[in-house]
Amino acid sequence: MSVLSALAKAEAVRAGRAQPTAAVRHLHLGERPLVAVPLRLAGEAAAPLAIMIGTARGDQNVLIVPQPRDRVLRLRFIEQLADIVLPYLASFLAESEELTSKAGETYTRCLDAPQIWTPNEGGVNFLKLLGRSVRFHRTDGDNPVPVSIPLLGRWLTWFGDRAEHPGSAVLPAMTSALSAHWATGQSALEDGNLAALLGWIDPPPGRTGAEAAAIAEDPLQSPPAGPATDPGFDNEELAPLIAAYSAAVDENARAVAAERLERSRRGQLEPTWQLMWRALDLLRALPPGASVENRWTDDRGAFSYFAAEVAEGTPQARRDPAVRAVRRLLERERALEALQAQCAFDDPLRMLEHRVTGAAFRGTVVHSEPDRVDRSGARPKLRPHIHIRTTDPFLAVVGEELTCVERPKQSGVVVEIDGDRMVLELSGGMGRKLVAEPGSVPTDGEALGFARFSPSPFNGLLNLPAREDTPWTHGGPPPEWVPPTDDEGEELQ
Amino acid sequence: MSTLAAQLDQLRGAAPATRHNARTIAALTANPGCARRALLDAAAVDKTVIAQSLGFPPQFGQSQFAITRGNAFESMVKANGCAELLALLRDKLGLTIPEVAYHDLNSVGENTGNAVRYQRTRQLLKSTIAAGDGTLFDHPMLRLDIAGATAYLEPDVVAVQLDGKFHVVEIKAFPVIDGQADPAQVAAAARQSAVYVIALRELMTEIGESPELVSHNTILVCAKDFTNRPTAALVDLRKQLAVVSRQLTRLTAIPELLELLPPEATFALGEDLEKTIAAIPARYAPECMSSCELAFACRDEARTCGSVDALGRGVCDEVGGIENLHTVLGLADGTLQPGPEHADITAMLRTAHRLRLEIAG
Amino acid sequence: MTTPDEAVANILTDLRDASHRAIVVDSPPGAGKSTLVVRAARQLAEDDDQRMIVAQTNEQVDDLIDRLAGADPGMRIGRLSSTAYVTSERVDQHANVRVATKPGDLADRTIVIGTAAKWATITEGSWSHAIIDEAYQMRSDMLLRIANRFDRGLFVGDPGQLDPFATVETARWAGLTWDPTMSAVSVMLANNDNIPIHRLPVSWRLPATAAPVVSQAFYPFTGFESGTGFGDRRMAFTTRGLGGSIDAVLEEAAATGWGWYELPARHTLRTDREAVHALAAIAARLIERGATAHSESGSHPVTTDRVAIGTAHRDQADAVRTALRGTAAEPVTVDTANRLQGREYDVTLVLHPLSGRRDASAFHLEAGRLCVLASRHRHACILVGRAGIPELLDAHPSAEPVHLGVPVKFPDGWEANQSVLSHLTRHRVRATAL
Repeated sequence: MSVLSALAKAEAVRAGRAQPTAAVRHLHLGERPLVAVPLRLAGEAAAPLAIMIGTARGDQNVLIVPQPRDRVLRLRFIEQLADIVLPYLASFLAESEELTSKAGETYTRCLDAPQIWTPNEGGVNFLKLLGRSVRFHRTDGDNPVPVSIPLLGRWLTWFGDRAEHPGSAVLPAMTSALSAHWATGQSALEDGNLAALLGWIDPPPGRTGAEAAAIAEDPLQSPPAGPATDPGFDNEELAPLIAAYSAAVDENARAVAAERLERSRRGQLEPTWQLMWRALDLLRALPPGASVENRWTDDRGAFSYFAAEVAEGTPQARRDPAVRAVRRLLERERALEALQAQCAFDDPLRMLEHRVTGAAFRGTVVHSEPDRVDRSGARPKLRPHIHIRTTDPFLAVVGEELTCVERPKQSGVVVEIDGDRMVLELSGGMGRKLVAEPGSVPTDGEALGFARFSPSPFNGLLNLPAREDTPWTHGGPPPEWVPPTDDEGEELQ
Repeated sequence: MSTLAAQLDQLRGAAPATRHNARTIAALTANPGCARRALLDAAAVDKTVIAQSLGFPPQFGQSQFAITRGNAFESMVKANGCAELLALLRDKLGLTIPEVAYHDLNSVGENTGNAVRYQRTRQLLKSTIAAGDGTLFDHPMLRLDIAGATAYLEPDVVAVQLDGKFHVVEIKAFPVIDGQADPAQVAAAARQSAVYVIALRELMTEIGESPELVSHNTILVCAKDFTNRPTAALVDLRKQLAVVSRQLTRLTAIPELLELLPPEATFALGEDLEKTIAAIPARYAPECMSSCELAFACRDEARTCGSVDALGRGVCDEVGGIENLHTVLGLADGTLQPGPEHADITAMLRTAHRLRLEIAG
Repeated sequence: MTTPDEAVANILTDLRDASHRAIVVDSPPGAGKSTLVVRAARQLAEDDDQRMIVAQTNEQVDDLIDRLAGADPGMRIGRLSSTAYVTSERVDQHANVRVATKPGDLADRTIVIGTAAKWATITEGSWSHAIIDEAYQMRSDMLLRIANRFDRGLFVGDPGQLDPFATVETARWAGLTWDPTMSAVSVMLANNDNIPIHRLPVSWRLPATAAPVVSQAFYPFTGFESGTGFGDRRMAFTTRGLGGSIDAVLEEAAATGWGWYELPARHTLRTDREAVHALAAIAARLIERGATAHSESGSHPVTTDRVAIGTAHRDQADAVRTALRGTAAEPVTVDTANRLQGREYDVTLVLHPLSGRRDASAFHLEAGRLCVLASRHRHACILVGRAGIPELLDAHPSAEPVHLGVPVKFPDGWEANQSVLSHLTRHRVRATAL
């Protein structure tokens, strides 16, 4: 929260509807996203109840576990889920490009990658847990399961891990994506309710955001987006239906009970499903930020890499061993820094935050010397000067280097400060000659911005020891993974 | 009865009372700055009924699936004289309990009133310490004084290690997956256990023993990964003990809060209730919705007054301490002139406002 | 309690013992850590085999080199530096120091010192010993990257100061003994048994008026004492005060070593104008009045380079610096706690991290921050803040998450703040209109 976002929220309260906090969309939106609305049983670690899943608004597939504590039925559900998800993933492997790395190796990268949307962070966590619950299942031995189940488990785990990577868009939570672009007149906690959040962003005609959110909070009018179900629903509707299923005397009775269960859960899922597609429309209406595609390319690369090794590989370890933990931490910190800088460079509304805190400014050029050359060193260098005036609260420091927002390859060093004006010495982004390429140097009267941070991620090599060289300070090399001798025995009631 | 207890009794009036338990006592730590909650909790009033009466029923329902699972898990762990639990304590935590005397304090003959069970628990503990046995107490009864009223508390199990330290055992059905559990749930369980440790330490003092005989570590028994098998972890409660003790001590400051109300005020249901409640300042934050039955009523109040707090804890500090949204907006767009103490936040708000307008074009 | 000499002797004895994979030395503020590092380095250098020293910042590296080279002009010292490094004056002045970017160019040196970041770029080579300075402030990911370079490590640092942190979500590693976001010392200890942990028992920096306060609040189980007695450190002004609260708090600080300048209770912006101006005014008046610091090592005037102002946030530091412009105290160092770590002054002024706040966050309550801010001084420390902090602490809700397998960290930020605050009320001077 900052003073700007607080102000935006206050304005939302006054206006009765959410205020945009982004001029562009900072998240890639797939052409063919997979929308998944899961429900789980209360009190269990990751016992699925039902899921509504599909790649188009009218393409709702509903899978249910009639008796959620029944292991066999649960595995059947997961197998059915795999039958939807795995082909969806595989479809992206069909088209790829060949690339050469800096080291001279060739590798393939898919032209597009899958994107799974869930309503909220709970949904993301649930898919992660679901993945964990089956990725160690054995396809041989005493209780073999179909290969698709541990495979789905590994994929869900991959999606879950990748979702933690800042800037990734493979498994976004809808509430988080929406909150990143709009400020509502309610708290962040309340924004976790998808229906309430959409009520503020896109209230129905004749209603204020607050009124729409109030309706959204009533579980009878708006079933929760999950994965948790409403306790009232559990006690009054779900429990009796499940009991009826368990008590069914024969195949027929069971089928009837199952059908009733499906209808009941569909009723809980359908409204959220509609909200998801409405939300996607709202996001699609925003133009994508300039760096969104670059970040999606990283996602594509990660997807392609994992796709190549998932089938024959071992399941992901339960916990990160020491070296991998460090690698993940460092990669994620870099990604976060790059993401925040890129979003600011892409979006004047985001850059505002930095302008208010004095980490960036926007000003007008009052004088420009585009031809200035620095002859003090061994070779003459093109170093134009610009005099720029700003009313932003920016405390310049002589000698500091700033990055130009409009021309991110160009930097400006502060050489002089005079009240609200400063003189910047520019370098970069002008070509290699001693005369600047046309348009690469700011002219008189031009408005532009400079920031203390840069959108280019630092991609230096991370010299981490190999796994087998994990140092003694961190417990030495981790033991090799040995497949468990029995399943993660799910003993149910 | 102390005067405080008498005053609180009078304040509660005909309002429905509730019994304190470890969870509600631990919840005293949730929002100490809220006088409204402090008074209601001290007077042991049923906040659910109050909330309903004010027209804002809470949404706390518990799913029977969670309840059933929790009960089943606990029963399984404690079945057969806590056989599973003992195995856990031996294997997972390396506690040396070669021979265990198991005492079930639930059935004490015909009379199973709390006070009697408490006395029996006291007796048993005293003799155990004297004998130096390794012992498990099932369904022990402890008590604490809350603002002059006695609250009876029932930990799941109290275990004794051979070197004489008593450990409170908490059995919860939430999962520990790959060694990790939901930190919020663990924290709640830890606070609850801390209440039991405090009560047990008080009992020790009462029977003339050292409170240090009660370990500051609790044994948390949870479900392992995705199974129903139990696993156990030691949780260090020192911070929770400090926090809960502080809140219990704070209860002695309740009389000052009582002065906020006219002497005949009560929490009894009726037309005056709304006024009485409104007269006690609250400290609403969105976090209240998951920890206090009155949350929706206070939220409505906060929103109606245009309180910045309704937007989240910490938002107020971002706008330089201004508590009212209309003031924030007025200072930002220039329709309100600031007093000298708001000069700097006004400058910041105006800059922010100006810049937002500039971007909007 | 061990005497400082005994403590150092024990450490050096353990250092000779090849059976110790690592040794940890907890060094409270001003306890002679650098002196210890120099002695340990000299002991290790006795056999002329090359040893490595790791520090966290270039400043720290240069400080160590300055001291080591000065203590032993005959020792061949190497500075392992990045290409961007510009040799500082205090390194340049020593003829026995060579600066280079590759270990190969320092092959004849007995001691090679560099930042952790630079050492992390060295992917081969093996040294028998490494001394790791400020090891509690080094995040363990950095340790992973350098630990294969040495067989044995002497980890020295202050556990009471600011912990390392991460900017991303870290829950997935909570409970792992190799959690990359924990300090280097924590991880090393969690993965190795029987590591001797020594403590330096005396602070030579903190005066007798401050050591007990800092020790009790921030080092609850591993206390320390002041190396000087009451009366050894005194401060006197060369001019008289004019009355008024600014002079009153300066006099309180000179007399007792502490001052709490209390502004009226209000919730304010972080860059509370009144608090910022109060700090600037106190600093300016301190310089204007001319103070003399008397200590066991002599007397000297308290000049602007002997004074520092500490804040929690950068924008607060910026605001104070702006307010100092044009005053006698303009050259005074103003910085955040992060940047003041390891530094020492005669007098420090501090903007209390909780001043003016309505709600306290974990950041503001963090014990390490207040510890750094309150332990930089040799003579006096004046804190500035608004009334109402006890009420803030009292109302603070407790909803901190608990991660299984993560040892509880002491001191608790809330308790530490409470402890310092109750001490400060005894030295309160209420602000009157300036």
